Amino acid sequence: MANYLMILTALVYAGSFGFYVGDLRGIRGGLGRVATLLLAGGIFLHYLVLLQRSRWVHAVPYQDLYGSMSLFGWLLALTYLGLELIHRQRSVGAFVLPCVLLLFISANLFPASIASPAPARGSLFALHVTMSILAYSAFAISFVLSLMFLLQDRVLRGRSLGPMFWRFPALELLEQMSRTSVLVGLGSMSLGIIFGYMSAAKTNANFWNADAKNIVTLVIFGIYAAYLLLGRSAAWRGARASMLCVVNFVVVILSYTVVNMYFSHYHRYF
Amino acid sequence: MEIVLIGLNHRTASLEMRERVAFNPEQALRASEELRTRGILEESLVLSTCNRSELYGVPVQTLTGTADSLEGFLTTFHHLRAEELDGFVYRHRDRDAVRHLFRVSAGLDSMMLGEAEILGQVREAYRAALEHGATGPVLNRMFQGALEVGKRVRAETEIGTRPMSVASAGIRLAEKIFGKLRGHSALILGAGAMGEQAVVQLRDRGISRVIVANRSAERGAELAKRVNGDSVPWEGLPEVLREPDILVTSVGGNERILTREMIARAMELRGNRSLFVIDLGMPRNVDGEVGSLYNVYLYNIDDLTEIVEQNKQARASEIPRAEEIIEEHVVKFHSWQTSLEAGALVDELRSKLRTESAEFLREPLQAMTHLSAADRERITRITEELVEHLVLNRAERLREERELRRKLQNLEALRDLFHLPREKP
Repeated sequence: MANYLMILTALVYAGSFGFYVGDLRGIRGGLGRVATLLLAGGIFLHYLVLLQRSRWVHAVPYQDLYGSMSLFGWLLALTYLGLELIHRQRSVGAFVLPCVLLLFISANLFPASIASPAPARGSLFALHVTMSILAYSAFAISFVLSLMFLLQDRVLRGRSLGPMFWRFPALELLEQMSRTSVLVGLGSMSLGIIFGYMSAAKTNANFWNADAKNIVTLVIFGIYAAYLLLGRSAAWRGARASMLCVVNFVVVILSYTVVNMYFSHYHRYF
Repeated sequence: MEIVLIGLNHRTASLEMRERVAFNPEQALRASEELRTRGILEESLVLSTCNRSELYGVPVQTLTGTADSLEGFLTTFHHLRAEELDGFVYRHRDRDAVRHLFRVSAGLDSMMLGEAEILGQVREAYRAALEHGATGPVLNRMFQGALEVGKRVRAETEIGTRPMSVASAGIRLAEKIFGKLRGHSALILGAGAMGEQAVVQLRDRGISRVIVANRSAERGAELAKRVNGDSVPWEGLPEVLREPDILVTSVGGNERILTREMIARAMELRGNRSLFVIDLGMPRNVDGEVGSLYNVYLYNIDDLTEIVEQNKQARASEIPRAEEIIEEHVVKFHSWQTSLEAGALVDELRSKLRTESAEFLREPLQAMTHLSAADRERITRITEELVEHLVLNRAERLREERELRRKLQNLEALRDLFHLPREKP
């Protein structure tokens, strides 16, 4: 049953991706609406997959790489859907959906096994993880938007306008959407950090430790805050701010993978 | 049921001839009414734009005669001699007439491929004719189909999406940087024709503020007044450069008006907000180095001309996709038309079979003298019901047949089988 649900979810996401591409290429009117509906359907099915997994491990599914990546993909899709509804801009979907699909499929490639009992449980810890992964998702979207900004900036400067150029969003809109995503990401990250410290203080009576993950997270937070502030200043507005956003997301990915697996004592897959 | 169309357009007639047969909105309605009151057409519509004058209608009499009558009407209405129109007029009927209208509304028959205005003109001509009671079920269906085709072709192909003039290409590029132009401002350097063309486009796209600077302050002020903008003195240029998000230059003369230093200084003052510079001057008004400044996008007339050329080719490459949509709707219209014909055919068959069965029963019933009038009535009714059940119910299914070719074959077979007369040639 679980396998069928996973396959169906992947197919619905893939369908949504196909329709977003069709919409971007202007193949037929109304494709964008179908893409959004399929995305909403995919999010619902993905939620069922997560729920199933969550019931199995009796916790938010973050105890293994599978659960963590799947949750990442789900929150990415959900954040994007919110952003699309706010900004009424569908052309970004064709770039976000492959990431969602990749996360979902990769997550399911790992053998699912019941994880060993987590060292920390409870709602504070669950909120800490969920908010942190939501922040990653928002940063992932701002990464995609910043890449699109840099690509379009390059195309405009090179005067080599391709067939898709006229269907891309305007530079100012891309920047605005990216800032909204970073703002959501920073808000979620702040809450994630607060819940993390509260959870740590409750279980270890230890408010702060020099864990590599804590330090890297503060660095990421600092750079994104700088992105928002510098993006308003004269010298950094535009391509430079987008570049900063792209680079910072690379740090996020490193934090999510290398730092979690090899340097952190308290964080594994989130 | 037939549809007939005659007309002249930019392909068949010179501008002078098109001017002579053009209809203003009031004339179009009057002509349309006359065509019906004279008994030439049952339904009529006159479509007249700068590139075409066309008469659409559903004729009362035979088709060949109708087309001749329409051409005769066109010459009389515009006080021309009959031979003056020789070689300029095209005629289409039925399916070809429908296809022609669909191509017109899709912009495929326009001088500038895919232009948007024609769809509005078709809509307006149809609205006026409809309100005037000039159209009927056939032209209503045909023009509603044309409007749908026009919308679909523009939504589903690139035929109308890309700018086709240098000024509009510049403005569309500005929108790719700033999004909606509301809330942004533009500075126009030079009050010549190119500058004015750019201002009109900017105003159409909702720009909030237009500032004009011209060497001759008087001409600058005139243009500013015409486009509801502000004029500034030429000498104050360095000061005003910090304000606009879009800068359009089209100034005559050999020297560069805007140097890298001037724009760099302006960018500093405007907090590096993006600046789009459109240099329409020949020779160029803006130093090419300006394009290397951070957040400055510079396009000159050659860059824009190349974009327009690419767009022309891109639009042309969309023609097959547009034709597919048109053909789909032509088939749809034809199918609707045929279903109406099928309905008329069944009615005709019903009437014929009732007459024949009544004749068939007359003698036997006369011989059965013992039957009362009520019994005779009952037998007649049962016979009619039998015919209805055995033949007509099956014939009615022709209406629902989805496959057009099969539907047409069935109609033909039905006509042959029951010796029903064919449509007028």
